[in-house]
Amino acid sequence: MNPLTIEGKLALNKYDVDEEAHIRLKEEICRGCEPRSCLYVCPAECYKLREGKVSYDYEGCLECGSCQIACDKGAIEWSYPRGGFGVSFEYG
Amino acid sequence: MEEKFDAIVVGAGPAGCAAAYTLAKAGLEVLLVERGKFAGAKNMTGGVLYGPVLNTLFPDFWQDAPLERHISRQVITFLSEKASLSIDFNSAGFDKPPYNGFTILRAKFDRWFAQKVEQAGGVVITKIRVDDLLWDKHQVVGIVAGGDRIPAKVVIAADGVNSLLAQKAGLRGMLSPEDVNQGVKEVIKLPRETIEQRFNLAGDSGVAIQFLGFCTKGVHGGGFLYTNKESLSLGVVVQLKALIKNSLKSVELLEGFKAHPTVKELIKGGTTVEYSAHLVPAAGLRMMPRLYTDGLLIAGDAAALVLATGRVLEGINFALASGIAAAETVKRAKEKGDFGKETLSYYEKLLAESFVLQDLKGFKRASQFLEIQRIYSTYPDLVCSLAEKIFRVDGNPKKRVWQLMREEMKGKVSIWRLVRDGISGGRTL
Repeated sequence: MNPLTIEGKLALNKYDVDEEAHIRLKEEICRGCEPRSCLYVCPAECYKLREGKVSYDYEGCLECGSCQIACDKGAIEWSYPRGGFGVSFEYG
Repeated sequence: MEEKFDAIVVGAGPAGCAAAYTLAKAGLEVLLVERGKFAGAKNMTGGVLYGPVLNTLFPDFWQDAPLERHISRQVITFLSEKASLSIDFNSAGFDKPPYNGFTILRAKFDRWFAQKVEQAGGVVITKIRVDDLLWDKHQVVGIVAGGDRIPAKVVIAADGVNSLLAQKAGLRGMLSPEDVNQGVKEVIKLPRETIEQRFNLAGDSGVAIQFLGFCTKGVHGGGFLYTNKESLSLGVVVQLKALIKNSLKSVELLEGFKAHPTVKELIKGGTTVEYSAHLVPAAGLRMMPRLYTDGLLIAGDAAALVLATGRVLEGINFALASGIAAAETVKRAKEKGDFGKETLSYYEKLLAESFVLQDLKGFKRASQFLEIQRIYSTYPDLVCSLAEKIFRVDGNPKKRVWQLMREEMKGKVSIWRLVRDGISGGRTL
């Protein structure tokens, strides 16, 4: 089997993307963070470092909740997407 | 406010469905609320469904439920970077009814279960996220969802590991990275015949393989491979704290696991059709929230009712048992006409009498034992390199096993420590 990139993996899943983001980043807290655990713990790699700043895409979120637990600074406000939105597993 | 429902159950996973089904069967008015497009849409498993509790709800369920395969072969595989050593248990006893465990795919299984709730007279609504609890002073009296207030005599929160409702009710705080494991999984399609030939299976029998070692780069966690009817479930489960501390990504561990010489052959020719992730509450009693308050009961993963000993990872069975216990408590409360916490304390009593709290108490030191890093790195490497030396014929005079063992262990672990870990493992697990 060929290796799959994260983009390749997420492209296999079914999503109904909500216009309303279910992740919010408090930038003033996020800015001073050193470990930046969110970059590692998100299994969908929703968090990326761009020009020294953490930015995020909520569209590929697998709704596991790891980011909010890992961010000990409390910079990440994460909730479930509104009912019916987000990822839908066909196998699970 | 006049309530239409005796109980509202939040979350249509195994705990919520078991609770709602039990209540509906007893003739209570029950509403089961699910945020996914259908029951199971948000759920995945990296574990096995064990049968005994489900069998009390649906006798001989294996004839009706959408199961994948019953597990007749159980394998533990130690991985080093290039090698593997397996303990392969094959039992004819597991190969006949009532069986022992089953592989399942949750999108199918949970949907089937929610249909059973409807057939029993429960109301199931999907695509609704519950945002808050409805309070009358200190008593929970319903839910708030999508701006609507839906009253009920009691609420059962079976809303999963991240349980917003247990938090809103003040029964627990934010989870800690050392208490949860992150699982990532790929479902890999393969023809049925290929699976049966490759894993030496007949009919609907299946195999569950647990991996230890290289699959997590030697940190706290493990890998798994389960055979489904026409696919494999392959994944890794790693403690969240271990990911943070070692700056590791599960998704990269999974790719490394797939590329391991042993695993590569097992998934050869397959096509990945889905990628999922989930958290497992893995710290047992240490993280268990208060299980009830006035008008509210917590069940399943939301209550951290998972047995993670390294020997078994048993969550669905615990979820089912706690859902049923919550329902029995509600039935009793309805007879008494009182849903206060004193009446609902019966829930904890039921759990304490069953395997749920007895196992969690009995294995409460397991999470401590599983913190020993040698389990994930030193020992898997050691058994693989020792096996290599034992089986290698290189033209030099051969050494005895004891001598090889001493050589392999040198600088890695002392005999004394190995014995101590062994005794501690035997006692704890």
